[in-house]
Formats: sequence, C-alpha cells, structure tokens
Amino acid sequence: MSSTTSNEDYYVPHGTYWPIIGSIGLSLTVIGTANFLHGTWSATPIFVGLAIIIFMMYGWFGTVVTESLAGMYNKQVDMSFRWGMGWFIFSEVMFFAAFFGALFYARAYSVPWLDGASNNDATAQYLWPDFEAAWPLLSVPLADKFSEAKHAMGAWGLPAINTLILLTSGLTVTLAHWALKRRDNVWLVYWLFATVALGFGFVFLQAYEYSHAYQDLNLRLDSGIYGSTFYMLTGFHGFHVTMGATMLLVIMIRAAKGHFTPENHFAFEAVAWYWHFVDVVWLGLFIFVYWL
Amino acid sequence: MYNETTHDGEGAHSDHDHHGPAKGLMRWVTTTNHKDIGTLYLWLSFTMLLYGGSMAMVIRLELFQPGLQWVEPHFFNQMTTMHGLVMVFGAIMPAFVGLANWLIPMMIGAPDMALPRMNNWSFWILPFAFTMLASTTLMESGAPAFGWTFYAPLSTTFAPDSTDFFIFAVHLMGISSVMGAINVIATILNMRAPGMTLMKMPLFVWTWLITAYLLIAVMPVLAGAVTMMLTDRHFGTSFFDAAGGGDPVMFQHIFWFFGHPEVYIMILPAFGVISAIIPTFARKPLFGYSSMVYATASIAILSFMVWAHHMFTTGMPVAGELYFMYATILISVPTGVKVFNWVTTMWKGSMTFETPMLWALGFIVMFTIGGLSGLMLGVAPVDTQYHDTYFVVAHFHYVLVTGALYSIIAAFYYWVPKWTGHMYDERLGKIHFWWSTIAVNVLFFPQHFLGLAGMPRRIPDYSLQFAEFNMISSIGGFAFGLAQVFFLYIVIKTIKGGEKATDRVWEGATGLEFEHLSSPPPYHSFNEAPPVK
Ligand code: HEM
Ligand SMILES: [Cu+2]
Repeated sequence: MSSTTSNEDYYVPHGTYWPIIGSIGLSLTVIGTANFLHGTWSATPIFVGLAIIIFMMYGWFGTVVTESLAGMYNKQVDMSFRWGMGWFIFSEVMFFAAFFGALFYARAYSVPWLDGASNNDATAQYLWPDFEAAWPLLSVPLADKFSEAKHAMGAWGLPAINTLILLTSGLTVTLAHWALKRRDNVWLVYWLFATVALGFGFVFLQAYEYSHAYQDLNLRLDSGIYGSTFYMLTGFHGFHVTMGATMLLVIMIRAAKGHFTPENHFAFEAVAWYWHFVDVVWLGLFIFVYWL
Repeated sequence: MYNETTHDGEGAHSDHDHHGPAKGLMRWVTTTNHKDIGTLYLWLSFTMLLYGGSMAMVIRLELFQPGLQWVEPHFFNQMTTMHGLVMVFGAIMPAFVGLANWLIPMMIGAPDMALPRMNNWSFWILPFAFTMLASTTLMESGAPAFGWTFYAPLSTTFAPDSTDFFIFAVHLMGISSVMGAINVIATILNMRAPGMTLMKMPLFVWTWLITAYLLIAVMPVLAGAVTMMLTDRHFGTSFFDAAGGGDPVMFQHIFWFFGHPEVYIMILPAFGVISAIIPTFARKPLFGYSSMVYATASIAILSFMVWAHHMFTTGMPVAGELYFMYATILISVPTGVKVFNWVTTMWKGSMTFETPMLWALGFIVMFTIGGLSGLMLGVAPVDTQYHDTYFVVAHFHYVLVTGALYSIIAAFYYWVPKWTGHMYDERLGKIHFWWSTIAVNVLFFPQHFLGLAGMPRRIPDYSLQFAEFNMISSIGGFAFGLAQVFFLYIVIKTIKGGEKATDRVWEGATGLEFEHLSSPPPYHSFNEAPPVK
C-alpha cells in the first residue's frame, strides 16, 4: 500500500467529438422514425441518422483501436473495458428478459384467463364465449381485428438446424481463441471466418423461415399474441446475431492485420462473449418459442 | 478536429498535470472530465426541476378552487404526465448521476471515471431526449396525457401521436442511464486507490454501486415495455390487447417490474448522502456501517420482488395479493435499520446545525413519514381504498420531494464549498431550508386527508368538500416553488463568490475529498493515488 502509487498511467482521453455526433445521429434516427410512422416525413432522415451513427461508431472504435495499438492502455484500462462489456451484456440480457416475461405471462396467465381460468369466469362467458385457450395460440379472441395464423412454427425443421449452426459457431469461435493463444494467426482467421459464415448463414435461414411463416403459415406480426412474441423475440435475436456477426467480421479483419497477441486481445474476447450471449439467448428461444 | 487521434502514446499522460479545461463553449460539449460532466448533469437537473416545477404550478393553480378555472381537462392531464416524467427522469435521476460524477472519483482516489468518453455520451444524449419530450407539448395532438406510468391502453390504443416521441425519448434516457451506470460500476470496482477496500468505501459510493446495478437491471426492461407499446401502436402486435390474447395488465407488470426498483434508484443514493452528512455534523463516525451496506443490498434485492403492490386493485389472484403484501412490508425492515442507524449516529453527538445538516435532518423526519404512509399502502385490503387517491400522491411526494430532492439539496450545500472553493451564504441557506420545509408540509400533508376522504388523483376538478385542503395545498405549492427560485439565486451567488472555503470545509468532515484535495480541487485530481488509512 505505497503512498505514491501513480494514476498517471490510466489513460484519460481529452476532449472528444464522437459522443455529440452519436447523439445527433440517434436523435435524427428516432425523430425520423416517428415522423415516418406518422406519414409526415419520408424515410430519408432515418437513413441519414443511421449513417451518422455508423460513422460515429467507425470513428470512435477506430480511435480506440489506434490508441490500443499505440500501447496507451494499461492493464487497468483493460479491466475497465472488461467490466464495461460484461455489464453491457447483462443489460442486454434484461432487455430480452422483458420479452421472455411477456411470453411467459401470455402463456401462463393472459391466454388461460381469457378462457375463464382463475377468477375470470365472467370475463370469458360474457366477453369471449367462443374463445379457447391454447398454445401456440392460433385463434385469437377477436378474429376480425387480427390476421390469424393457420399453423404454428414447428421446432424440428429449420429452427433445429439453426440451433446446430449457432452451437457450432460457439465452438468455432473458441477454436479461434485457442489459435490466438498459441499465436497461430492463420487458424485464428480461418476459425473466425467459419464463425462469421455460420452467423450470417443463421441470419439467412432465419429470413427464409420468416418468408415461409408469412406465405405458407400466415403467421404474422399481427397474428395475435403468438405472432407478437414469436417475431419480437426472434426478430431482436436475429438483429443481435447480425450485429454480432458484423463485429466478428471486423475482428477477423483486425486479426488478419495482426492486431492481436496472446496477451492483448480484449476486443476479440468482448466479441466472443457477446457471441456466446447471443447463442444462449437462442437456446432459450428454441426451447420456449419453438419447442415447448 | 478530433484531437484524441492526434495524441501519441507518450504525450497523452505526460501533459496531464498541466492540462486544464479547454476554452470556450466546446469545452462543455467535448469534455471527458468527471467534474465538468458532473456540473453539466447538475445544471440539467436544475433546469428540469424548474421546468417540471412550473408544470406543478399549473396543476396547483387549477386545483386552487373547485370547478374548471384555468386549463382544459385534457391539458391538465398533459401537465400531470409531463410533470411526473420530467421530475423522475429529468430532475432526480440526473442530479444523482451528477453527484456520482463529481464525488465518486474523489471519494475513492481515482483520476477520473473509468470510461471518460462514454461518460460524455451518457450526458449528451439527455438534452436531446428532453428536448424531444418537451417538444410534444407543442405538437398538434398535445403532449402525452396518460400519466407518468403510461398504462396501456391509454398509451397504446387511445394515445396521441406525440406518444411516439415520448417512446423514443424514453429509449434515449434508457441508453444514457445504462451507460452511466456501467461507468459507475467500472469506476468503483476498478479505480479505487490501493487500500480502499470495499468495506472502507464511503456509503455514497456503496449506495451508488448498488443503484447502478439496479439501473442496468431495469432500464432495459423499461426499454422493452416502450418497444412493445410502439409495436402495439404501429405494427399490429397485441402484447397489451386482450382481443389478440395479450393483456393491458401485462403492461402494468412490466412497468412496475421497472418502476419499483426505479423508486429505489431514486432513494438509495440519497441514503448515501445522508450517511455522509449526519456523521460530519454529529462529529461521530456512522453507527453500523456494515449493517448499512447489508441493508442497502437487501433493499435492492427485495425491490425486485414487490412490484405488484402498485396493482392490488387489478384483480390479481388472492395468493398474489398476499405474497406482494408481505414482501412489501418486509422492505420496511432494512429501511428501518437505516433510520435507526442515522438516529443512533446522532445520539450523544456534538451536533451543530449548519444548512446541510438541516436538510439531512429534514430528510430523516419527512422521509420516514413517507415510509410510514408506504406501509399503509402496502396493506392490500386497505390499499383498495387508498389506491389512486391523493393519499398515494402524498406518499410519493414525501419520499421523493422531502426524501430524494432534500438529499440532493443537502448534498449541494455540503459539497459545494469543495467544488467551488466558496462557502454558500449560511443565512440564506437556512432561510431556504425553513421556507421550503414549512411550504412543503403545507403542500403535501393535507393531501393525506384529501386522499383518505376519497379525492382521486389526476383529476382537474373535485367535489366541494375537498375545497379547503386543496386551497391550503396550493398555497404551500406556490410557496415551495418560489423557494426553489430563491435556491437558484443562492446557487449562482455561491458560484460567483463567497467566503473562501477551507480544504476540509467542515470541522467534522472525513473522506479523501476533504482530507486530500484542495477546495476547489484541481481539474485533474488524484494523479497520484492518495494513501488510504
Ligand atoms: C417503506 C417503504 C415503502 C413502501 C412500503 C411503499 C409502498 C407503496 C405502495 C403500496 C404504493 C402503491 C399505492 C397505490 O398506488 O395504491 C406506493 C406508491 C408509490 N411509491 Fe412507495 N413505498 C415505499 C417507499 C417508497 C420510496 C422510498 C419511494 C421513492 C423514493 C416511493 C415512491 C413511490 C411512488 C412514486 C409511488 C406512486 C406511483 C404511482 O402510482 O404514480 N415509495 N408505494
Ligand atoms: Cu413500489
């Protein structure tokens, strides 16, 4: 416990313009979206906003990469990044928890209650006498307001293949990590490439599944609570896979440039953590949305 | 333009000591300094306090007499909604983040927050979010008018167009809060000076650590709730629509799963502030430090398990009512531990009553009144009568105004000499306290009676028997509002000048910020980690 421990080595950047650029981009995107939904603006502002956000991320991360390569980050800075990423992933878990919560609530409470379960006899009898609780819920209480699905989405076709794809990608990203740790840059890039390919393959199959759901099953976002939970959960998950695969792609390019050493590769690990998180969320989806 | 990219590895830290703030307005836009960012947060909070306060004045003006006097009912509803949102998300929360920014690095001996650039972004999202939120008042459809709790279907099927701007504003506030909280946790866990073990940290740091955890756990859930609102409104989902198999009550569950921890987000840092001030002016160390830490942690855990006490009248199964009732009453145990410890700290202390101490004492007494009315509300069978009446309004204003806000004002008086190097004017501070405290009780205490007698909340007109108490309450309201304009004057006066503060500021003050830093502290403090005893 020396009294002269220096904090000088902790890199505290001076002024930065990236955050304000990010705020402008975010605001333009959401204001554009609200106005687009109201039919008052075209979609252009949304794209301009998104472009600003992408520019900001490119610049901000670019700055961080430059600083990292210049050796400006010591162990303690690295640790701050680790805590930051870990808690960020926790916040994402809680975001998904809200939608899983909605799914469980609908399955355990709202749908049975509409059919009279618990203390809701009168509700069922007077409001929705013809309604029958079921899950997956195909016939909703008020059919004319929604577009009822003809069939539910099965678990053992595409979704099972997609499960295999994601699980395999979890393996390949670990193999990439092992390659990194033994300084084998060639296999690092190969395994990352495999992971990225599996990731985008997953997204492609998911898109294919959506078109099948819309065209053949008439399972749509507006098919009632089953469609709502199905698309919101798988949709946000698919969005996260896309983000994760894109980040992996960036990491692959950086790996090919030789940015990582066995001692210093937090960017790689952060993205790998994120990828495992996406993987685990998928398992939850597979079990509760598709299978059970 | 992007001066961070022009640094080389060496220059970045060797010029630290000599590096003061940048010049001009861009200093504030581009700053990564925890003190600057703390100041920005505090000013944003004060601005929002006055903005939200002015809407409260409209509400009290309309309620001054029965009958519709000044505003349309629809506009009245917009006022209650925006008032609540602005105060919760704009005044109270940013004030605590501002205090965290200013104080945590100085209290744990860190050179700055752990992730300084992200710190800037956490702040700079907020002015955009609040501009968006405030702009809804000017829109054709008017501002949202469904209450700060935005229950479906009022906020979905029957909501004005401006609701979408509200939804996105909440998304932005959520992003800001989560980033701010991540920064706080990373700072506390990773940036403490050698020797500053967890159990030596000041309680303000502890309470913020736990608050940050709560924020990261529940702000994303709020984001999920508003996202479901958005898709219900525009994309045909039926989360909150029974016609499609969903349930409007589901909205309430999700909202309150966020909402109850949220009220602790607004009070735990307040507990930290009070735990710093009481020992200083009682000139005794805090009684029961470790029990304070454990009590804070238990409150945080319990706060996830009591949310449906806001929903006793929604027709929950009886088992649910009973469970949520008992769990709610259980929270009062750790809360009681805190009040007990503060009182015991003062027991046989050599007390003096400078302004910060007055606000802290006011907090203890009046927050406890709010806690007791909370206990009454937590009893399911009687809440059936109290729910959605002015009794609830009285309850949460005692915990939030005389609780959270009082602690923020106490913190201002306690630390402003450290921040600016100037003492505030003691006489004015005391006037501010007594003026506010008398006014706030005239304002909110009668609301208990109104509620017990059955006056509903969120209503612009009322039956004649409620007239006297409403008039009294409004008079208290105007006086309290005016007192905070007076506070603005005190703040500006203190920043501009005043008696020079010593480094320790208060005779009984302890902690790294008082023992190791000058008043005001250098722009970059603790380039050398201080020794921790
Ligand atoms: C002893 C601790 C507490 C208990 C037992 C308690 C209990 C309750 C209950 C049962 C309600 C619902 C009343 C109803 O709507 O019928 C309520 C409302 C509320 N409480 Fe508390 N409370 C406590 C402390 C707090 C604290 C510390 C805060 C904030 C700092 C707070 C803020 C609120 C707010 C904002 C509402 C009203 C929400 C709304 O409907 O707009 N409470 N409280
Ligand atoms: Cu509550």
